[in-house]
Amino acid sequence: MADLTASSLSNDRALRSGPAGPKPRRRLSRANIIVYGTLLVFSLYYLLPLYVMVVTSLKGMPEIRLGNVFAPPVEITFAPWVKAWAEACTGINCDGLSRGFWNSVQILLPSVTLSIAVASVNGYALARWRFKGSELFFTILIIGAFIPYQTMIYPIVIMLREIGLMGDLGGLVLVHTVFGMPILTLLFRNYFVSIPEELFKAARVDGAGFWGIYFQIFLPMALPIFVVAIILQVTGIWNDFLFGVIYTRPETYPMTVQLNNIVNSVQGVREYNVNMAATLLTGLVPLTIYFISGKLFVRGIAAGAVKG
Amino acid sequence: MHSVEIRGLDLSFGAFEVLKNLNLDIGQGEFLVLLGSSGCGKSTLLNCIAGLLEVSDGQIFINGKNVTWAEPSERGIGMVFQSYALYPQMTVEGNLSFGLKNQRMPKAEIAKRVARAAKILQIEPLLKRKPGALSGGQRQRVAIGRALVRDVDVFLFDEPLSNLDAKLRTDLRVELKRLHQQLGNTMIYVTHDQVEAMTLADRIAIMKDGVIQQLDAPNKIYAKPQNKYVAGFIGSPAMNFLQGEVTHGDNPVFSVGDVTIPLSTYEFDTPTQGAAWFGLRPEHVRTGIDAETCGYRTELTVELVEPMGSDTLVWSTFAGEPWRIRMEGQTQIEAGARLKVGFDIAHASLFDVATETRL
Repeated sequence: MADLTASSLSNDRALRSGPAGPKPRRRLSRANIIVYGTLLVFSLYYLLPLYVMVVTSLKGMPEIRLGNVFAPPVEITFAPWVKAWAEACTGINCDGLSRGFWNSVQILLPSVTLSIAVASVNGYALARWRFKGSELFFTILIIGAFIPYQTMIYPIVIMLREIGLMGDLGGLVLVHTVFGMPILTLLFRNYFVSIPEELFKAARVDGAGFWGIYFQIFLPMALPIFVVAIILQVTGIWNDFLFGVIYTRPETYPMTVQLNNIVNSVQGVREYNVNMAATLLTGLVPLTIYFISGKLFVRGIAAGAVKG
Repeated sequence: MHSVEIRGLDLSFGAFEVLKNLNLDIGQGEFLVLLGSSGCGKSTLLNCIAGLLEVSDGQIFINGKNVTWAEPSERGIGMVFQSYALYPQMTVEGNLSFGLKNQRMPKAEIAKRVARAAKILQIEPLLKRKPGALSGGQRQRVAIGRALVRDVDVFLFDEPLSNLDAKLRTDLRVELKRLHQQLGNTMIYVTHDQVEAMTLADRIAIMKDGVIQQLDAPNKIYAKPQNKYVAGFIGSPAMNFLQGEVTHGDNPVFSVGDVTIPLSTYEFDTPTQGAAWFGLRPEHVRTGIDAETCGYRTELTVELVEPMGSDTLVWSTFAGEPWRIRMEGQTQIEAGARLKVGFDIAHASLFDVATETRL
């Protein structure tokens, strides 16, 4: 028999010597110095090019010719930004990047909306409405994500020509929608699979159909994954160069293609400040999206791990 | 007319047969519990009745109407799930009225029904809240309410209490029984918890490998299990078993080794001879004065004592097998003691070794 008399209940708070309560932590430990030091070095490494670009875009050409790329501008000028937006020449057109910007917007909005709308329904159907051959269909779609774009360029040229959309913005929208389909469908399917099946069953018992369940149950629960999809598509389509240069005409070139034409123009002096300003202008849209939705993006990416 | 009729139901996933030629009649207003360990096909059967799974063969009738090909919403059923399955972005009121809105019911009628269900389940103060702001018990009540508002004939419950803690489970169990008495609907209830099955059911269907082993009232299943699986599954602590031989001389006896148990008070269903299992529930191993009148008496050594408050479980060994004995809650007994016991043969069960069916 164990000795039961040793343990007894008492309310007096008599601590013995030695550690008690939370363990103290030093702010300047060796581990902290290594972690923060590494972080600092890497962030400098990544931020330096951006710094050079911003600084250069705010200098005049005489100052740039001095050759000191890291020096801050002596005299800040916004003329290069204005020129890049409204006056820079590509070929015979001299209305700057603004035309490309509006082209890109016209490509972006329908492409993003259309691809996400179709892919989310795709993913929903594949996750919850299994039909004969749905697994095969899904596999084919996933394989689509791994086929290099280059192999499909010429066939698409022919297809677009046959349906009369070659060189048209509509054609490019179609191409972006199709190419966004595999990865977006996968994204939505995996998210919808993580929504408990019983919810789907309950909705069916309650008499909701395919669209009723999609719009009233699944869609309101899928906000985080929609944010992820929007970010992926906006950045992907905005930054696209290959499809833009192939499937459009010079007057419908997206911003990236026009940027390339401005930066790589061989006539006259190389205006580094204008080039830098033009590049920053082009990158501004994806950058804004990141800044606005950073938190939501992380939440969406991690959404599979937490149940609502 | 039966409330639910199942005729020759088969269901297989690929080559794996989950349900095999299953027949079941459920009466009007009956509380039927489908009981079994996981993987026995009880939830699958419920999903078939609900129309959430397509059957491979056979028919399902609800209120005399063949609903084998009908959509879940057309079958006149309401279903309550283990995980509650409340729509998280809707309020409680929205959850309750979702099914009614899908039927395009007039707004006034919806409001009336929601109010009635909320009153029955006492969730009126919660109507404007979202499910995330409710406790487990409240959520389950809303889930029941969702079936209630639809005014269906048959309620289907898929382990509705399994996600709740022990105390709440007991409370809601009583509430469910009260609800059934009040509404008088047919209820089909899936569980793996034998206490829920025993307390709630009018009849229990014990399932194993997609086949119903026994369909009977709870006390019948407990007292006269039709086969060894049912006998071992129902009852906690479980029934004691001995394997031996039944012989019918002048008097029938069960013998194993040098132990011979007279079976003169046992009511045989089929008086056959040969290898058999002898089963006896722990409370039918009598002690003290009750032991004196038993058909078979012996003395056992106490090996382990588990006091549980309401009763005390004593572990011992008889004829080489572990032997459980249920005694009074306040019994003072220690390991190592000798205990005089008697076996109440009238309450014993005998099973054929080959077929495992009751003798």
